[in-house]
Parts: sequence; structure tokens; C-alpha cells
Amino acid sequence: MTVVFFFGIVAVFFYGSIVWTGYMSLTRSTLMPNYNFVGFDQYIKLFTNHRWLVSCLNMVIFGVLYIVGTLAFGTLLAVFADRRIRAESLFRTIFLYPLAVSLIVTGLSWRWVLDPVNGLQGLVRGMGWENFTFDWLTDPDRAIYTLVIAGIWHSAGLIMVIILAGLRGVDEDLWKAIRMEGIPLWRAYLQVIFPGMRPVVASCVVLLMSDVIRGYDLVIAMTKGGPGIATEMPAKFAVDYYFARVNLGLASAASIAMLVLSLLLLAPYFYSEFRRRT
Amino acid sequence: MTRSLPGERSVFGPRAARLGLYAFLFASAAFFLLPLLLVISNSLKPMEEIRQGNLLALPVKPTFDAWLTAWKSACTGLECGGVRPGLWNSIKITVPAVVISTLAGALNGYALAQWKSRHANLIMLLVMVGLFIPYQAMLYPTVKILSSLSLFRTYSGIILVHVVYGLPYTTLLFRNFYVGVPEEISRAARMEGASFLRTFRSVILPLSTNILVVVAILQFTGIWNDYLLGLIFAGNDNLPMTVQLTNIVNNARGSASPNVNMAAAVITAIPTLIVYFLSGRYFVRGIAAGAVKG
Repeated sequence: MTVVFFFGIVAVFFYGSIVWTGYMSLTRSTLMPNYNFVGFDQYIKLFTNHRWLVSCLNMVIFGVLYIVGTLAFGTLLAVFADRRIRAESLFRTIFLYPLAVSLIVTGLSWRWVLDPVNGLQGLVRGMGWENFTFDWLTDPDRAIYTLVIAGIWHSAGLIMVIILAGLRGVDEDLWKAIRMEGIPLWRAYLQVIFPGMRPVVASCVVLLMSDVIRGYDLVIAMTKGGPGIATEMPAKFAVDYYFARVNLGLASAASIAMLVLSLLLLAPYFYSEFRRRT
Repeated sequence: MTRSLPGERSVFGPRAARLGLYAFLFASAAFFLLPLLLVISNSLKPMEEIRQGNLLALPVKPTFDAWLTAWKSACTGLECGGVRPGLWNSIKITVPAVVISTLAGALNGYALAQWKSRHANLIMLLVMVGLFIPYQAMLYPTVKILSSLSLFRTYSGIILVHVVYGLPYTTLLFRNFYVGVPEEISRAARMEGASFLRTFRSVILPLSTNILVVVAILQFTGIWNDYLLGLIFAGNDNLPMTVQLTNIVNNARGSASPNVNMAAAVITAIPTLIVYFLSGRYFVRGIAAGAVKG
């Protein structure tokens, strides 16, 4: 019965909340809930809201670069760490520790490192290259890439560990066959090993995707959405409209849009997972 | 580990390939260590050295002054008590939240693993989807539910939120573990007449020390590093360290002294880093268990 109790709590908090938020998104609620139905007005407002559209575009840019970059870097680290290197565990410890650091501290640290005046740019200029420019953090067109750098820094180790666990599970005989055939190493990885690890890679992508959609802390710590609205994200949009701008209806619509997006992106994964299991 | 290296031949010959490999590994290590080392080294500089503006220079006269300021007198707004109260708040929030969400997850996970019916699969799916629901879709109703229980912005409130929001994750981790535990063990206990809870407590839990440690570590890292939930649900008296840190950094008076900000950031990161370095193996195992099977 205790168990039913816990599942009940989770059901109420999670799925009850979603229904409630969904309902709110169909009303004109601002500070307080207002239960008069206005149809899809809020969604129309949302998708004609410049800041929201910029947020969505930013999320796509950040998401694609972050996922591809983290996967590529993490996989490279895993492959190299799997080549029987010296001090493997030391390297692994160094590559993974950012995961234990909060996104807040991650964002702040990178903000200081990339700061145009006191950070890398000032440093290189001070060394004599007066024209050296690396001001992405304050450049509206480039600030989003600084978030990508910090994000990859934070998560590459995670992907390395997961891919490494997959690589260690590859059958010894498969490696023997590859050696007998004399297939070059890079081709063996690309054409034999990685295709066999598709489920592992899929779970990596799913993990990183949920980081992207939830991404809030990193933006807050690093750019606060700026310069201007150059690095606004949907998660931040929703929180801002819930609390600072007290527009419950619009914030709920934004949240439901985020939810629908995550479910759409996850559906193929869940579908294949469940087919595999049953 | 003992397997021979496949395909060691390469275009450049083994020597050069080996060299390139280590070059890449060292460059990567530098990339990962750079921000932390810079922040630590600058937090040890006095203000005069900071003003010279060389981020990479090692402190000439290292001092813990900035650390002391960050610890007990940096301003988070109106109050100037440093991150010290935040540390205590974070401990106060994290410890019970980790214990409760881990044990409740173990119980749920065991029930889910034992329960063999088609509904069990459906519940599994609902729990798994729960992992990926953006918090934003639950925030406001959670505020409402807690307000109606008079728990909004209270100490018990923030713990409850962490426990509930963490349950899908802990439940899944334990479920994946218990699915692999032979059924005979539970069945034998039940035959002896032990109830479900009794079986769980005196037979199953003692078998689960490893996974308990793994989940507790993951939960500790997650809850300690949380920012959003603490900001919204903790209330001014219980603000966790992450929130106080951003308040210090963003405070107009504080922004003049980067060394203090950096010291505050390092202090905030220390607890999870200690846990990570002490428990590296468990940490890695937890990630692998959670991600690959999840």
C-alpha cells in the first residue's frame, strides 16, 4: 500500500500537474488562475512572440551543436581511452569531473574565462597580439556558441563513460575477425563497432536532448539570456513568464509546447525500447 | 582489459599514432582542467594582482582573504553573510532529500520489478516519460499544491519537491537492479510468511548496498547542484548555495571583486567534487547503469 501511495503522489504531481498546466494554457490567466476558456489564443500569442521564436531558434542551434559536439568529443575520448593507454583512470577522472560540478558553477567559470576584458582575449592581447579578438560572449551573433563550449565541457565525460562501457562490451571475437580481415581501425569503428552500439548511442542522444530542452541553469549563470535576447531559451522564457512577468497563461502554453516537443522527440526511442523488451 | 590491441597498424606507423593519441589526451585534459584551475588560482590572488588582469598568472602572494570574504562576509543582496548560511541550507536540504528519495525509490523499484502484469509495463512507461518531462510543465501546479498545504517556500516544502521530482529517476535505477535479482530470494521469504514490506526491509535491502550507494551519490550530486527548484521553492530562509552564489556574483557591490566571486564558486563546488573523487567508481557505475539500461 505504501507503494501505491508513492505512485499516487508521483501520478498527481507529474500527470495531474500537466493536465492543470494544459488547462491553464487555454485560459487568459495572468497572476491568478482564471478558469474561463479562451481556446488556443495563448498559443497564437506564443508563436507570434518574437522572444519565444528567438528562444526556439536558439534552442535548435544550441541543441544541434551541443549534441553533435558532445557525442563526437565524448566518443573520441572513449575510443582513445580504450586503446590501453597509460594512466587511464587518471585521464577518465579528469574527463568526467565536470559532471559533478553544477551548471551554475560551470557557467560562471566559463563566463570568467571567456570574458573579453579579463579573460582569454585580454590575456592574449597582453602577450602582444593586440588585434586578437575572442569576444563571443558579448557578441550577439556568437554568444550562443559560448554556451555550446561550456555545455560540451560539462557533458563530454558522461558520453565518454557510456560509450566506453559499450566498447568494453564488444565481443572479443568481433575484434579478432576485424584483425584477420586487416580492416583499418577507423573503418572498423565506423562501419562495424558503432553500428552495433546503436542502442547505446540512442540513449546518449536522449540524455543530451533532455538537457537541451530543460537547459536553464547554464544560461542563467553564463549570459542571462543576453546580450539582448541572443541566448534566450524556452525553459527560461517559461520561468520568466511564470514568475517575473506573471503571465500564467502564456507561460503554461510555452511549457506545454516544450512538453510536446520532448514527447515528439522521445517517441521513436520509447517505441523501439518497448518493442525490444516485449 | 587483458585483450590484445586490434589493428595497431596505421598510416603513420604505431609510434606516431601513439604520440598523436597522447597529444590528444593531454590537450583534452588541459581543456577540462583549465576553467577549474583558473578559477582556483585567481581566487587565491589579492585584489592588486587581479587588477593586473593576467588570468593565467599564478598568484604571487597567495592568500585566502578572498575565500574568507566569500565564506562569511560577501553580500548576496541586503545581507552580507557570504556563502556560509547557504552551505548549511544545502546540507539541511540535501541530506534528508537524498535519504528519502533513495529509500522510496528502492521500495518502488522493488515493487515494480516484482509486479508482473501488463499494467506494470504501462506504469514503467509512465515513470520513464516522467524522467523527461520539462519541469516547467509542473512548476506552477506544484506551487499551488504546496501553497494549499502551506508548504510553499518552507523547509519541508523544498524537501518534498526534491523527493517527488527525483522519484522517477531513483525508481527506475532500482527497478533495473531488482529485475536482475533472482526471484527465488523474494519467494523464499514470502513462503516463510514475511509480508511484502518485511521481505523488502530484511531480505532485499541488505542485498542492495551497492546500488543504494550509487543512487545516493547520483541524487546527492543532482540535489546539491540544483538551482531552479531551490530558487522557487526553498524560500528566503533556506536558499541553497547555488542560489546564494549567483546572488553574490550578480550583486552590484560584489561584482567589483572577481576573486571573491571565484572563491565562492569554488566553495560551492567543493562538496560534490569531494564526493566525486572519493567515490569515482560508484559514480561511473551509476551513470552506466542509469543510462545504458534506462
